[in-house]
Amino acid sequence: MSDEIERSVDPPNAGTWNVVGKPRRRVDGRAKVTGQTKFADDLVLPNMLFCRLLRSPFPFARIKSIETTKAEGMPGVKLVLTGKDTPVTYGILPVSQDEHPLAQELVRHVGDPVAAVIATCEEEAQAACEAIEVDYEVLTTISTAEQAITTPEPQLHAYAQEGNVHKRVALQFGDVDEALENSAHVFEDVFFYEGNTHLPIEQHASLAEVDKDGNLTIWSSTQTPHYLHRAIARALEFEPHRIRVIATPNGGGFGGKSDPFNHELVVCKAALVLGRPIKITLNREEVFYCHRGRHPVQMKFRTGVDADGKITAMDLETLLDGGAYGSYGVASTFYTGALQTVTYKIPRYRFRGCRAFTNKPACGPKRGHGTVQPRFGQEIQLDKIAVALNKSPVDLRLNMLVEPDSLTANFLTVGTIALKECIEKVVTGSGFRERWGNLPEGRGLGLACSSYICGAGLPIYWNKLPHSGVQLRLDRMGSVTAFCGATEIGQGSDDVLALLVAEVLGLDPQDIHLRTGATDITPVDLGSYSSRVTLMMGHAAIEAAQRARALIAEAVALKLEVPKGRLVFAGRRVFDSQDPEVGMTFREAVVEGETLHGTLGTTGSYRPPRSPARFRGGGVGPSPAYSYSATVVEVEVDPDTGWIAVDKIWIAHDIGRSLNPTLVRGQVEGSVYMGLGEALMEESIFRRLPGKLSPALVHKFPSMLEYKSPTSLDMPEIVTYLIEEPDPKGPFGAKEVGQGPLLPIMPGVANAVYDAVGVRVDENPITPEKILKALEAKRKGKEPRYGPKSFPEIPWEDPFCVSPPWEGGDGTADNAPQRKRAATKEVYR
Amino acid sequence: MMRAPSFAYRAPRSVAEVVEILAGEGPQARLLAGGTDLVPNLKRRQQVPVTLVALRRVEALKEVTSGGGFLTLGAGLTLSQVVGHRDLSPGQRALEVAASKVATPHIRNMGTIGGNLCLDTRCNYYNQNYEWRQAIDFCKKAPGPEGTAKTEVTTGICWVAPSSPRCWAVSSTDTAPALVALGAEVTLVSTQGERRIPLSELYFDDGMAYLTKRPDELLTAVHVPILGEGWKSTYWKLRRRGSFDFPVLSVAAAIKFGPQGVVLEARMTLGAVQSYPVSVPTDALLGQPLSDEVIATFAAAASRPARPLDNTDYNLSWRKKVCTAYIAGALKELRGDSPEQLGVLARTAARLPVLS
Repeated sequence: MSDEIERSVDPPNAGTWNVVGKPRRRVDGRAKVTGQTKFADDLVLPNMLFCRLLRSPFPFARIKSIETTKAEGMPGVKLVLTGKDTPVTYGILPVSQDEHPLAQELVRHVGDPVAAVIATCEEEAQAACEAIEVDYEVLTTISTAEQAITTPEPQLHAYAQEGNVHKRVALQFGDVDEALENSAHVFEDVFFYEGNTHLPIEQHASLAEVDKDGNLTIWSSTQTPHYLHRAIARALEFEPHRIRVIATPNGGGFGGKSDPFNHELVVCKAALVLGRPIKITLNREEVFYCHRGRHPVQMKFRTGVDADGKITAMDLETLLDGGAYGSYGVASTFYTGALQTVTYKIPRYRFRGCRAFTNKPACGPKRGHGTVQPRFGQEIQLDKIAVALNKSPVDLRLNMLVEPDSLTANFLTVGTIALKECIEKVVTGSGFRERWGNLPEGRGLGLACSSYICGAGLPIYWNKLPHSGVQLRLDRMGSVTAFCGATEIGQGSDDVLALLVAEVLGLDPQDIHLRTGATDITPVDLGSYSSRVTLMMGHAAIEAAQRARALIAEAVALKLEVPKGRLVFAGRRVFDSQDPEVGMTFREAVVEGETLHGTLGTTGSYRPPRSPARFRGGGVGPSPAYSYSATVVEVEVDPDTGWIAVDKIWIAHDIGRSLNPTLVRGQVEGSVYMGLGEALMEESIFRRLPGKLSPALVHKFPSMLEYKSPTSLDMPEIVTYLIEEPDPKGPFGAKEVGQGPLLPIMPGVANAVYDAVGVRVDENPITPEKILKALEAKRKGKEPRYGPKSFPEIPWEDPFCVSPPWEGGDGTADNAPQRKRAATKEVYR
Repeated sequence: MMRAPSFAYRAPRSVAEVVEILAGEGPQARLLAGGTDLVPNLKRRQQVPVTLVALRRVEALKEVTSGGGFLTLGAGLTLSQVVGHRDLSPGQRALEVAASKVATPHIRNMGTIGGNLCLDTRCNYYNQNYEWRQAIDFCKKAPGPEGTAKTEVTTGICWVAPSSPRCWAVSSTDTAPALVALGAEVTLVSTQGERRIPLSELYFDDGMAYLTKRPDELLTAVHVPILGEGWKSTYWKLRRRGSFDFPVLSVAAAIKFGPQGVVLEARMTLGAVQSYPVSVPTDALLGQPLSDEVIATFAAAASRPARPLDNTDYNLSWRKKVCTAYIAGALKELRGDSPEQLGVLARTAARLPVLS
């Protein structure tokens, strides 16, 4: 398939679609609400054994010895594994292969797995875990990013860039200092975005089995079966073609099941040793320890504007608290600087980001990966600029939106952008122009916007292969089966696959059999992350279906003696558009196809267009398309206590085209829910105790009761607008909706609080305590604000300098070599 | 998943059988009513009882009777059964509000009024699973098995106040403050007989020994005074999520109003501010209507006994500040302020959830 293939917005039957755009019950809906869906923990195999992990009680310690003899002799115990059984590293990114299935010399956070016990039941495995004696030498704990960048020893990882600094990056697009110098106003603001976690309802679970031929299978609640496949092959030194990874339907993922995890590798290892099926299901506390959630990020924005409030330049610094492992962290770091430029025109831009290692569970990708934190700062700062310049926050934004079909300063290719329509919808719906600034004390409105990628332009590891593949199998019984490595994590990928194939072949989505996320029978799809599945799998599905349609049409045309261009596939029939009576059932049509061509099977695949960004670090941010969102949030705040209630949300999302509006609305509302949790209450914070008494550094409340997240009963009214402006880069014009609508909610709440009571909370979650502190400061005549006072000093490297397109730039850095493209050849060890 | 330890299970049918088992087993037996608090605690090993004595088959605990100026509620009534019970009088509204705000509908369908009155005290250091408590080292309210503490220093410590000799876990029952403010009494039965005490005397100011009920006693009934003409009561509950959480502050108030809104009698009890429901003196309210000024002065003074510590949700200085606003709000509601006048704080604090 050509790299730069031009996608048609209007595949077959434009304007007469039977499935696309119709609100429908999702194909997997009935099984889910009736409990028939089999999640990983529902699976049971004969002779199955159970695994429990012994986890470190210390945040940072050296393992001096592990004594397992007693545990091995306990009732029901079949196997005890320790770090010596799992010496090879793994990790999601090729640049940070820093994890082991079981700890080697160091444990780096409370909950780091040290040993595993396999027994005939969970109780026995747990009892044996408690009988394992581990002698630890406790090390000084690194608890915050600020501490990490000034405390090189003890070092968490020898491969770090320096001390406990995992990675510093610096990019500059045009002379930012000069632009700021010449700006009418320069606004400097610091923000802090607290970490939080995904909180999927389903706890991670895995089941591993070795079959009669010695091949390994793992069923697991993973969003990325292909990447897990690679990690198993590497860490267990097992031939990849003898491994089968089956992603079971995930009971929620949100990015929290995108990494390969210790427990997955441990049950595979144990199955290989014992030859029996091994199951593990994490408890909720362990899910908090797996984490990979939102990075806590400190940010400093220096933004220049002209007299009209148009941005002239932006200088952004970020500091990420990465936790104990690399995870997606290098990508997360780049993402904190990637997407500032795709909403508003930023003529010159500098971004410098730093990620630090600390003794806490590793942070990683959570819905909105790395872009959520700076979007919070950027949209609050715009609100401050509007107020300072006495302008409407609406007009300030409308005045500088990015043009469609344009390049940004950092060489991201923007295609369609319906952000203007999004803003107008929510502004009109909420009466923002009339009500903002005019509501009684205690009530306020806040506007915020955002953008997100529709799939990462590059895979996790460098290759030129398709990002998604679909195979179709059709047979004489009229059955159609679609095979794809994509993973249903609740977002509706199965439904999208079925509906696209059904649309092209004139069938009902329920007619399509689906086999997804099983690496032995499904073509590779990179996984359910980066909002990539609808767009990438969608194109692959359409291509496979169109090829199948062409084969069938050819045979039917011969049979009916009708030109194949006149054939219509609809209503489970294939017929002559000029005489619909002339035709046959779909099943008869497949028989004709099989008769003519032999066994029918087709494939489709997709690879994103190449990005014009050719500088190092330019691999994060490019996407085939960008979605846009705008929100208005209405809050009520009690001036005496700071108590806050969100009363109503208007949100508009530039979806391109809704393939199934029911699913799209569900994703928008789900994003609002998750956004409100982050805005108002969710925080991954850690308990310290008096140092002379305890070295503890442990998640403050790893439970669903005390880690506060709103429930359905806490939700305000939501008014959702879907803006349909088909994007030529999307399947049937569709863009993403899984992550984008989350982004504007948090700054929207912050801006609404300002409108309500005149104080700024530049840190999430925006709690009553913080609002009251800001109110008290205001009453004392101090700055009416709660938030960080400063940004830490970081010894930045000189940035790679790339001239923006309008200053003659060609996408390469003036002072650095081009990004090496083929350096990381895949080697299985 | 987390699993409960193994235990013997008894399911007697009468109060007499229950108390006989308790007398025989001593403190190693635990009563199991709705189980909504005990079962999670079993899984996290805060309690490891040898025997569970289930109360679900004891029909006598599910009766409602009235007489002698009291409405008597069997301790085994579920919270859902208490909410909206036809025999509750308007003056007893505080109980209904409090019961309706315990946790979620599912938990109210299981949890009982007796269980809620005996609810274990709570603490951010205590309501954690075994491995978490091991990671910080165990506290005195739930010490690990012998030899599991990581250092000698930390055995028997209260992490909330490491220099204090006592445990500061927080009384987290919703119905107790409401019922104390209503002047309720409870009946306790053991093989040695039966005693009826004011509910306020059921509680003790200690996070560990928070009940005066002996381990061999069964709480069988709650007697709620039938408050007549002029009485109004309410319950304000502070929590992060209006759909779910334990209280981090609550204000229960019952007032008998005379002509022109003059306060004839008044009772107020604060919940979740100490290890027991704290009743505050109300003399300053008597003999006058509840003017803004009276309320403000009273609220400032009455919030003084609230001594929040860093062991629940929200930070303690903010909880202390909100206490004054909550007391004032509850009084304003009772004097008849409209929801609009009471504002956004009241919407969360006192609103009845949607009942199924």
